[in-house]
Order: sequence, then structure tokens, then C-alpha cells
Amino acid sequence: MRLVILDTTNDVSDWTAKYVRRKIHEFNPGPDKYFTLGLPTGSTPLGTYKKLIEFYKEGSLSFKYVKTFNMDEYCDIPRDHPESYHSFMWNNLFKHIDIVPENVHLLDGNAPDLEKECEEYERKIKEAGGIELFLGGIGPDGHIAFNEPGSSLVSRTRVKTLAQETIIANARFFDGDISQVPTRALTVGVGTVMDAKEVMILITGAHKAYALHKAIESGVSHMFTVSAFQMHKSTIFVCDEDATMELKVKTVKYFKGLNSIHMKLVEEPESQK
Amino acid sequence: MLEKTVSQVGTVTQYNYKTYVRLEKGFYQENYIISCSIMPSKVKDGCIYQYKNCTILWNHELILEDLWVRDGKILNPEKLFFEEQAYADVQIDCKGCIIAPGYIDVQINGAFGVDFSETDDVISGIQKVAKGLLEHGVTSFCPTIITSPAEVYQRVLPQVKKCNGSKDGAGVLGLHLEGPFINTSKKGAHNPDNIQSFPNGYKDVIGFYGNMDNVAMVTLAPELDNSEDVITELCKRGIKVSLGHTTADLITGEKAINQGACMITHLFNAMMSFHHRDPHLIGALTSNQISPDRTLYYGLIADGIHTHPSALRIAQRVHPKGLVLITDAISAMGLPTGEHHLGNQRIEIKGKRATIAGTETLCGSIAKLDYCVRNLLKNTGCGEVLALETASLHPAEVLGVTDKKGTLSYGSDADFILLDKSLNVMATYIAGEKVWDSGLISGL
Repeated sequence: MRLVILDTTNDVSDWTAKYVRRKIHEFNPGPDKYFTLGLPTGSTPLGTYKKLIEFYKEGSLSFKYVKTFNMDEYCDIPRDHPESYHSFMWNNLFKHIDIVPENVHLLDGNAPDLEKECEEYERKIKEAGGIELFLGGIGPDGHIAFNEPGSSLVSRTRVKTLAQETIIANARFFDGDISQVPTRALTVGVGTVMDAKEVMILITGAHKAYALHKAIESGVSHMFTVSAFQMHKSTIFVCDEDATMELKVKTVKYFKGLNSIHMKLVEEPESQK
Repeated sequence: MLEKTVSQVGTVTQYNYKTYVRLEKGFYQENYIISCSIMPSKVKDGCIYQYKNCTILWNHELILEDLWVRDGKILNPEKLFFEEQAYADVQIDCKGCIIAPGYIDVQINGAFGVDFSETDDVISGIQKVAKGLLEHGVTSFCPTIITSPAEVYQRVLPQVKKCNGSKDGAGVLGLHLEGPFINTSKKGAHNPDNIQSFPNGYKDVIGFYGNMDNVAMVTLAPELDNSEDVITELCKRGIKVSLGHTTADLITGEKAINQGACMITHLFNAMMSFHHRDPHLIGALTSNQISPDRTLYYGLIADGIHTHPSALRIAQRVHPKGLVLITDAISAMGLPTGEHHLGNQRIEIKGKRATIAGTETLCGSIAKLDYCVRNLLKNTGCGEVLALETASLHPAEVLGVTDKKGTLSYGSDADFILLDKSLNVMATYIAGEKVWDSGLISGL
């Protein structure tokens, strides 16, 4: 596991976007070889998306040969609802970049057969050659995607009922009206994300400090699903200073000592210079 | 001069046009390049256009956003992306222009030497004006017939069909009949011999006008006896009623509005002045007798001559949502400076004024609607959004055509204009087709 500690949220966005850019360039995608990227929604990745858009606009990154798979989507709200993850992805990333619509994959929370929709999604990921890099954020209760506490750590894409805590937290996006918040979602499983070649978890802000501690300094537990990535062979946690508040000094010191190596990770490969 | 190069990048065909601006003595300066990328879209029906690098008027805001068009309609790009998995066939760089809905003029008596009420060949006259309005950003209008003898209505009304615009000219949303049911003492330039009343109510109206299928709007004076019946019957048939050329007091005005009248014709002109103890019709702008879910609209001639800037500000500040810019233009609009024979009058055009030749008597407005928008903005400081909406959204609301005209909402007709930061019209589009181009923005 790597833990990259940066000063501010903005630094986290910057570092992450550069890392994604470098990964895509190293992969050298083309018409017969697509780079497959797993994507989250929520406030944490927003800054990263903004940077990626900047890279596209300045001409240093193209998404022409990138396929994306999103983590999750609500059930029972229309696709074009402003709070749907389709709308989120369209407004915050897709409409600004040169990605080709058929290479974008999101779960359809209104599919007539939800189980089949989930099976199909797993099949499509496999067909695309698996996910090269999965980006994710986490909830204060340690959930990754909608894998709420208690989710199996080998779970696959499926329908999930949201935890009360998540519903309450999300009410702010639905005029503060808890009855408007969808109670079900489709989500990739912990196992689905574990299959990715590389996983990157972004954690920013003091309110996520305890979650970061639980994620990396406690044991693996299905009550804190993101902890499963302790078992993944290539996971990077990227956080800001605020999110380190609950970590041991020893942990912080150790990983900060590696900063010069971390900075090298986001340099553009020779071929791109 | 135009130079075209074509390059192929993967499946994308890139067209580059280099244009040159002619300088003195035969030198050319490279002006700039427009590029459009032609990507093979998955969708076979209808070319998809994406207007990029622009600020669009959307939901009462100017936002940095692309405008998408297909089959003459505004397209929802998010739906296109997720449902059809399709993308733009042609991308057009708007070079930072503002895109607004095409302007709508609901009161225009003529232009370019044509007077709709006087001409023998009203169809050719309307076509001539429709074509000339394109460069002023007008994509639809209501040709207006002022108080005339019955035979004029019965000849003209069946001929002038409502139609969408095209390369040949702005669309016609129906006629505006200004009179003859008005008050003689506020006749303005209308011929008093032709002014009528309706002692038998709506029966007289239909008897006078004849076939009203192509009529969008009627201006009448509400103080005439039986106006309740007339207003009710017109509204029932979807014809909008505007109050004007009137001596009506406030109560009469409010009554007419509650019966269905939705507009006041050229506010401040041809009506009683505002008095603080007897506000008359102008007082209706702040009436508390009109249901809050209805908007009272009012036409305003913002030509800088027919309405004083102070009066523009008063109206705009007390009731911005109801403001509808109109030109009320006469046949002299669009004619060059100098003397012109129009009908049986000699008219002199000096700058922004048209006067009866040899006198200082104003004979009507000759302002263009795009100028009125800029003038309103300059004189009231109302902001670009409102200025643009007073010539697009608001007139469309008056006529009840907002599902097709007056907005850039998805599914609306792609009637729009490109403007520079000072709201000068750079190009005009109708149903997605470019119908006028200033040539100042290359590559449109």
C-alpha cells in the first residue's frame, strides 16, 4: 500500500489527475487498446475531474481511447434527475472532454431487470479487459461505492439497500427531504474493485480522518469495507493533511518520508515530454 | 478570400478554413482560421451541430455552455450522449460569442419602404421586410396593420399565413391588428375616419375583420362599450388582446386585464399620462388587482426617441418581467438618410429620427430591434439577460409560443442569434440554418 500525504485538497486533486494522465500515457492506448478507468462520483473527486478537463483543454490528455466504468447509480430516480450519477458525470466530466459515448459505462438504476443489469455490467468490465485503474472515495463509515458496512468483501455488482446514515447524509442533495432520497442503488462490489489492476482512494478533510485511520491502521473488516484494500496488491491512498489527524505520528512520518518518490510517480513519461 | 485545407486524423476529418481580410493596396492579412471536425456520427438521421466556445442564454442566465442542434431543433446533448451514444457531426467555434434566442417583434408596421397597411401586394411586402429583418436578429414577427377600412382587413387577413422563418426571411407568428377599435382622442397617427366601435360586441369585430385565423393579436381600447364581450371572445379563440390608443382609467384597464387582456400597447404612447392621484392605464404595471400568477406585459419603444430614457427606467424597474421590446417601426425603417416618398407623404430621415419633410414632426419609429435591445441595456443597466429576454422570451410568452420560440430550451426551434459582448448581431439562424452572417466571425 502507498499513502500519499499532500498539503491541501487542491494538491490531492492535482496529484491524482497527474497520476491518471501518466498512467494513460504509459499505457499508450489506441484504437485496438483501450485504457479502462473506474470512476467515482461525489465531492471528493470533483477537483480531480476539473484538472483532467484542464489537461484535455490544454491538449496534454485525450480520452479518445479511454473506456470508463462508474461505480454506482441510484435506483428509482430518472436518469436525467439532477442528482443522478449520470447527470453528475455528464456535467462534471463527460461533456467537457473528448470521450466517445459508447465507451462510457454507467449502471442503469431503472433497468427492468436489475439483477441482469448487474451481471451484464460485470461481463462488460471483463470484456473490456478488466479495469486498469479504479478511482474511489469513501464515506465516513468506510463504504466504498455503495458497499455499506456489512457488505461482503468478495461481493460483485448488485442491488444494494442504502444504510440509514447514507440516506440521511444524502438528503442534502434532495432539498433536505429524506423521503425523496432513493433507498436503493446498483453498485459494483468490493470484489469488483479488488479485481482492478490498481486502486486509488482519495480521502480529504478532517471529517474523513477517522475513516482513513480505520482504512489503513485497523484490521480488515466487512464493517468498514474500504479496509479490504489492505489486501490489494496495488492500492494508493491519497489524502490531505487534514485527513491524517487520527493517524499515528509514526505512520504519517513514514509515508511523508517517501514524498520525493511520490512526486516522481506523477512525472510525465519520457515519450510525452 | 478563403483557403480550405482538409486533414484526416483517425476517423475524424478536420476542415480548416483560412480567411483573409483585405487591407489597403491589395494586401491581405491572414484573419483567422476556423476549424470544423467532421466525425462520423452513429446516428444516421439529421446532422448534429455543436456550437462551441460560446455563452448561451439559458434559464435566465448567461452560461458558458455549448449549443446543440439537430433537425432544426435545439438538442439535449446529455440525452444524445447517454441514450443515442452519438456526438456532433459538425463543431462550430463561436469565438466567445453570446448565443440568444432569435428576436421577436410583435409590433412592426412596415420597413424598407413597405407599409403593411398601405401596400397593394401585402405578401411581397411582408417577404421583403421578413428578409431585411434577419440582419437585425429578428427571426419572427407580427406584421401590424393599423386602423384601416374594412376592405383592407378582408383583403389582407386571409392572405397572410402564419409561417416559420427560413433563409428567405423571418417567420410570421400572425398579424397584429392595431385598431380600428380604438379611442379617437388617442388616435396617434391612425386615420380617425376609419376608427370604429363595436355596439354589437364581438359580432361587429368579426364582421369587420372577417376571417381571423391568421391573427395573433388585437390592440383595442377597453373603454369602448361591449369591450368585455369582445375581449372574452377574442381570448377564447387564442387571439391575444393588448390595450392601447386608449383613455382608460386604471379600473377599466384592470377589468379588461382580468377579462383576459394580457398586454399594454406601446406603454406611455397613445394613452393617458400617469398621475399620482389618477394613474390611468400605466398604473396597471403595479396593480394589486391582477392575479399574481398572471404577468401583464407591455410593449416599449426603446428607440431613444419615443420613450424617454427615464420612462424606460421607470417601467423596467417596476415591472421587468412584463417588458416587451417592440419597434413599432414604420415603412421608413431601414431606408438611408435623406428624403423619401412614402405613400402620399414626404419623409425625411436624419440619424435615428424620421420626420415629415421640412418639419420637426416625428412620423414614427425607425429603430431596429437589435438597436432597441442595446439602447435598453445602456439606458436602464438592466443587464444582458433581461435585455435579451425582452426581445425574445417575453414576446414569446405574450403569444403563448414558448414551447417553440423565445428560448434555447431543448426541443425548441433552433432560431437563434450570435452576438458580440455589446449585443451587436453577428449572425442569425432559423431552424438551425444560418440565414444571415455579418462576416465578422469567420467560420460560422
